[in-house]
Amino acid sequence: MDVPRLNIVNETVRALYFHVPMWFGMIVLLAISVYYSIQYLRKPSLQTDISSFEFAHTGTLLNILGLVTGMIWANYTWGSPWHGDPKQNGAAITLLLYLAYFVLRGSIDNEDQRARLSAVYNIFAFAAMIPLIFIIPRMTSSMHPGSGGNPGFNMYDLDSKMRLVFYPAVTGWILLGVWIASLRVRIRIVHEKLANLEHE
Amino acid sequence: MPLKTLIRKEFTLELRRKSVISGLMLYLFSTAFICYLTFSLRQNQITPLVWSALFWITILFTVINSVAKSFIGEKKGREIYLYSIAAPESIILSKIIYNAALTTLLAFTGFLVFIVLLKNPVIDLMYFLLILFLGSIGFASSLTLLSGIAAKANNSQILMTVLSFPVVISVLLITVKVTKNCIDGLDRSISTNDVITLVAINCLVTAASYLLFPYIWRS
Repeated sequence: MDVPRLNIVNETVRALYFHVPMWFGMIVLLAISVYYSIQYLRKPSLQTDISSFEFAHTGTLLNILGLVTGMIWANYTWGSPWHGDPKQNGAAITLLLYLAYFVLRGSIDNEDQRARLSAVYNIFAFAAMIPLIFIIPRMTSSMHPGSGGNPGFNMYDLDSKMRLVFYPAVTGWILLGVWIASLRVRIRIVHEKLANLEHE
Repeated sequence: MPLKTLIRKEFTLELRRKSVISGLMLYLFSTAFICYLTFSLRQNQITPLVWSALFWITILFTVINSVAKSFIGEKKGREIYLYSIAAPESIILSKIIYNAALTTLLAFTGFLVFIVLLKNPVIDLMYFLLILFLGSIGFASSLTLLSGIAAKANNSQILMTVLSFPVVISVLLITVKVTKNCIDGLDRSISTNDVITLVAINCLVTAASYLLFPYIWRS
């Protein structure tokens, strides 16, 4: 399918189908993870703890993929992979945040305590992340389209042909992430059950 | 137990063992002095940006160290005693208020030390002090809960730094940006939005701590 001809961006505009949906997917997965954390705090159970952990895991995977695809795209359009763009930095800090979450989980031995503390950190970190990726990048100039006075992509996409691929791609990446996460949750639960059986 | 009593308890305890607060002051002074020694003969190379970077790094690490001890240093018996007589909400609020006072004191002292050792590049002084104050409150409110989490884990001190960095970074980004505006003496209206965002972040983080603290306190 044809894509709009733009200066500099040229054919790389097709990266839009991968790069942007990955961030949508990440936000959705992390939000689901926070939802399970809240559920855990309301009514503790192994299922919700594993779900919140695995959804954060898959969200982090999409975060890394989004960063990498962004770097590849930036290499062709902006000239080098890392530009210190506010959104890039925000994404990198989000990555650090979730790596800290995994470190936290690794350093508590007691299972109940691990589940509860990591649920608290997950919610707190998500709340602290909101200004970082939704507010601050909008207040500073950014090289991303649609912020800092740059026109958004929909300005060039006059006949909305790209949306034909873009919206299904967004749905697809979100569902793919949810699917991976739910598979991992099921594997983990089976593992736990097997471990319990061996104990008995 | 009312909030006021808890806050007074924090202050009395702190004043009773003066070694901790003097240790923190010494930490602050040593860090500032290292900055001074590194640049000793080339004071003119400290551009406003370098000054602001050095200043906020010093403040950040002093503050992380000072807030970290609010739960990590607590004795087991005292926690159980507090648990039995006070609501968790008032405990976290008292700790946040106390930590905010402590970090504000440390930040202002740090600023004084920096003025003495490394000159004072700030043009819009009043606005900078406001930002210093709001930034300290932001650090205190976001770090207090994390200190509670880290205290329960194995390697608390390392974990405290790792957990706190991504959370305080949004406060830090805004303060650094407004500091630059204050140093350049730009018009105050340029920074208004940032200040409002900073206040909003403070409210958000305090509210989140208030809601979440009962869950970590229970264990």
